[in-house]
Amino acid sequence: MYISHRKLMASLALTAITAGTLFSCKPKGADAAISGDAASLAYVAPGKYDEFYNIVSGGFNGQIGIYGIPSGRLFRIVPVFSVGPESGYGYSEETKPMLNTSHGFVPWDDLHHISLSQTKGEHDGRWAFANGNNTPRLARIDLSTFRTAEILEIPNSAGNHASPFITENSEYIVAATRFSVPLDDQNGDVAINTYKDNFKGSISFVSINQTSGEMNIAFQIRTPGVNFDLSRAGKGKSHGWFFFSCYNSEKANTLLEVNASARDKDFIMAVNWKKAEEYVKAGKAKKQAVNYAHNVYDENSHTATSTMKKEVLVLDPADCPDMMYMIPCPKSPHGTDTDPSGEYIVASGKLAATIPVFSFTKLQQAIANKTYDGSYDGIPVIKYEAALHGEVQKPGLGPLHTEFDGKGNAYTSMFVSSEIVKWSLSDLKVLDRVPTYYAIGHLSVPGGPTAKPHGKYMIAYNKITKDRYLPTGPELTQSAQLFDISGDKMKLILDFPTTGEPHYAEAIPAAMLMNKQRKIYKIEENTHPYAAKGEGQAKVVREGNKVHVYMTAIRSHLTPDNIEGVRVGDEVYFHITNLEQDWDVPHGFAIKGANTAETLIMPGETQTLMWKPDRVGIFPFYCTDFCSALHQEMQGYLRVSPTGSNVPLLFSTGTNKPAVTGPADSAKIKTTKP
Amino acid sequence: MKKIFVFGLTSFLLWACNSSETTATADNTTETSQPVGQSNVKDDESQKDVVKVAAGSPDHTTLVAAVKQADLVNALSNAGPFTVFAPVNAAFEKLPAGTVDDLMKAENKEKLVDILQYHVYVGSLRTDLMQDGQTLNQVNGGNITISKSADGKVKVNNSANIIASIPASNGIIHVIDAVLLPAK
Repeated sequence: MYISHRKLMASLALTAITAGTLFSCKPKGADAAISGDAASLAYVAPGKYDEFYNIVSGGFNGQIGIYGIPSGRLFRIVPVFSVGPESGYGYSEETKPMLNTSHGFVPWDDLHHISLSQTKGEHDGRWAFANGNNTPRLARIDLSTFRTAEILEIPNSAGNHASPFITENSEYIVAATRFSVPLDDQNGDVAINTYKDNFKGSISFVSINQTSGEMNIAFQIRTPGVNFDLSRAGKGKSHGWFFFSCYNSEKANTLLEVNASARDKDFIMAVNWKKAEEYVKAGKAKKQAVNYAHNVYDENSHTATSTMKKEVLVLDPADCPDMMYMIPCPKSPHGTDTDPSGEYIVASGKLAATIPVFSFTKLQQAIANKTYDGSYDGIPVIKYEAALHGEVQKPGLGPLHTEFDGKGNAYTSMFVSSEIVKWSLSDLKVLDRVPTYYAIGHLSVPGGPTAKPHGKYMIAYNKITKDRYLPTGPELTQSAQLFDISGDKMKLILDFPTTGEPHYAEAIPAAMLMNKQRKIYKIEENTHPYAAKGEGQAKVVREGNKVHVYMTAIRSHLTPDNIEGVRVGDEVYFHITNLEQDWDVPHGFAIKGANTAETLIMPGETQTLMWKPDRVGIFPFYCTDFCSALHQEMQGYLRVSPTGSNVPLLFSTGTNKPAVTGPADSAKIKTTKP
Repeated sequence: MKKIFVFGLTSFLLWACNSSETTATADNTTETSQPVGQSNVKDDESQKDVVKVAAGSPDHTTLVAAVKQADLVNALSNAGPFTVFAPVNAAFEKLPAGTVDDLMKAENKEKLVDILQYHVYVGSLRTDLMQDGQTLNQVNGGNITISKSADGKVKVNNSANIIASIPASNGIIHVIDAVLLPAK
């Protein structure tokens, strides 16, 4: 926009009108202001702890970020579906199987939602679950180690978005497909415009082993070919039910921007999963041949194993009356959220002018009285008014998600109008609204999705931060904004940037997790087949062209640190055991030219870096994590000789052999023990 | 060029206004100003959003004033995507005398919001994506009906002609020659 001064003057009258009418110079009153004591509310003094862990999805970074509330400080990035070069997750031989799928090794995914495990509807601090959106997967993160413990691929699915929401005793987490697709055992080579005939939806109910946490697909339900967006379990009185938002009930297969918005109403799909369990027990489920990966990390062998599973049980609603109902819901519902009592189901049609709130009691009455409005693909459609508690009128533009504070209030994020609206569950009146900066997606109240929210704070997760932070070129950070919700009015107290795109997050009281953190892995419990549980066990073994280095690391040396006899064309496996038994003393390992990340080894753990030397020479290796005053001394050399060389395998630490010269070279030196 | 030129000055004034607005205070007991919203972001490089495009058009001063009065400036500066049906000043003049003045009164703000939101669809629709007989559900909850003639000319609610279409960064503006009035 370049204008000359002369022209500027010439059009003053016209432009003055435009400017005067469009932009008022006043901020929008006190609600746009931050009060002066906000900093003290978010301040956590040095040496003090935050009140909550905030477990935040990292979106297209495939990770989870662990933040403190109210400080907004980032403590840790937990790689889940994406490789993590910081720790070597997905690079080390032990962790590569975590990212195995029926498509082979998939090093990335799009992580959207978090569900923390619950007992009796409340947080229990055992596990966090997360969904992989792109190549459908579920993950379990152990909250005593903040590491990914398990990943389960979901068959018959594409875009695992309505996931991994959890039931009140962690009986199940769900995985409902965003894209309907031809099923895995069908011929998928069909014309896309045969969508209505060939494309189906799937919902997986994944059971959780209450001791180990292990996930298992208990059964799937085959559904009409809609898009599933989000879901929530019932709780309290609605325990035993699950609610899924569906859009594209038009079953469009192109330009959904237009074609999936043709109908006035889509649906909230209500599933009676206790009924589904009965049908499974009664043998109504059919076995379907599929192929999906189940990857589990073992904390004793420090190794993940990937198992391909071949079968899944499928319920067809046509065989299972009284299991599923459709509740009409305006305009492409996005979030569907259940209030702490389990009575109210809040559905946010992202293009709707109101927020409908459904009543579980009325839904049950409508089902009992068969107050139906026809059916959708054979599934009864409940009459809208029959299930409706009421509508929140004029909440704002683009309602997406709702959280609860346990005091009878609901908080709904509004994407288009960039605000959070607080409203009352009983009379559906809007009580307060605050702007967010900008374009809020999800929001989180600590314990908000449980039967007993902890309240006090609310965190907004924003997509756009133009002018909120120092700009960093074309891409700007996403962000979170912290609000104090202890009073009648929501009060902004902090902005903090997030790593990756934050979608859903949960927050849990610090006291529930901080005292159960794992500090070390006991070396005597290490069952890794290549562990060296002491420097005396360090060795180098050749098996054909594979060379296994059993290496130990302890402040401040690696054993062995001189290795000879490796040849171009070998595959060298550095199995490094961290002999430390002291909290927060990982050692790292890297060698020049390795086509992989470093590997970071926790105390008592063994991890393996594989390296293929591509040329003759001397290759330095070293500890990558600053471990001690003599960290810079923690290093070694590996000699690579040509293919076919007769240089013998030799390894040592602290043994300077006399130099041998001449054509015989070191051939006469026997392999030594350190 | 006149449109762009007008817009340039608008954003200049806005910018100047804003810089005087963000006077920080060191006194931590008083309230500090927050940005007005996304419409306030300083950016002369990006393609204009639907609000800025409209603000740059001398034919849409009534609409732009109304959008301001209805507090929709920030919402329409968001990521969208939006299809805005933008009546020209002459279209507002076709309404019964006094209608616009009435709508601009504070007590009629809700009605104004309803009418303006009836002109916005969430989704970016070029006319070639529109189909004869199609209904679009607008932001206010009401529906509009598209009719399309064989030569591709598009009419809304059988009353307003799309006379020009201007792409914007967060959607598209279809200039129309009549105001769309939501069904009562």
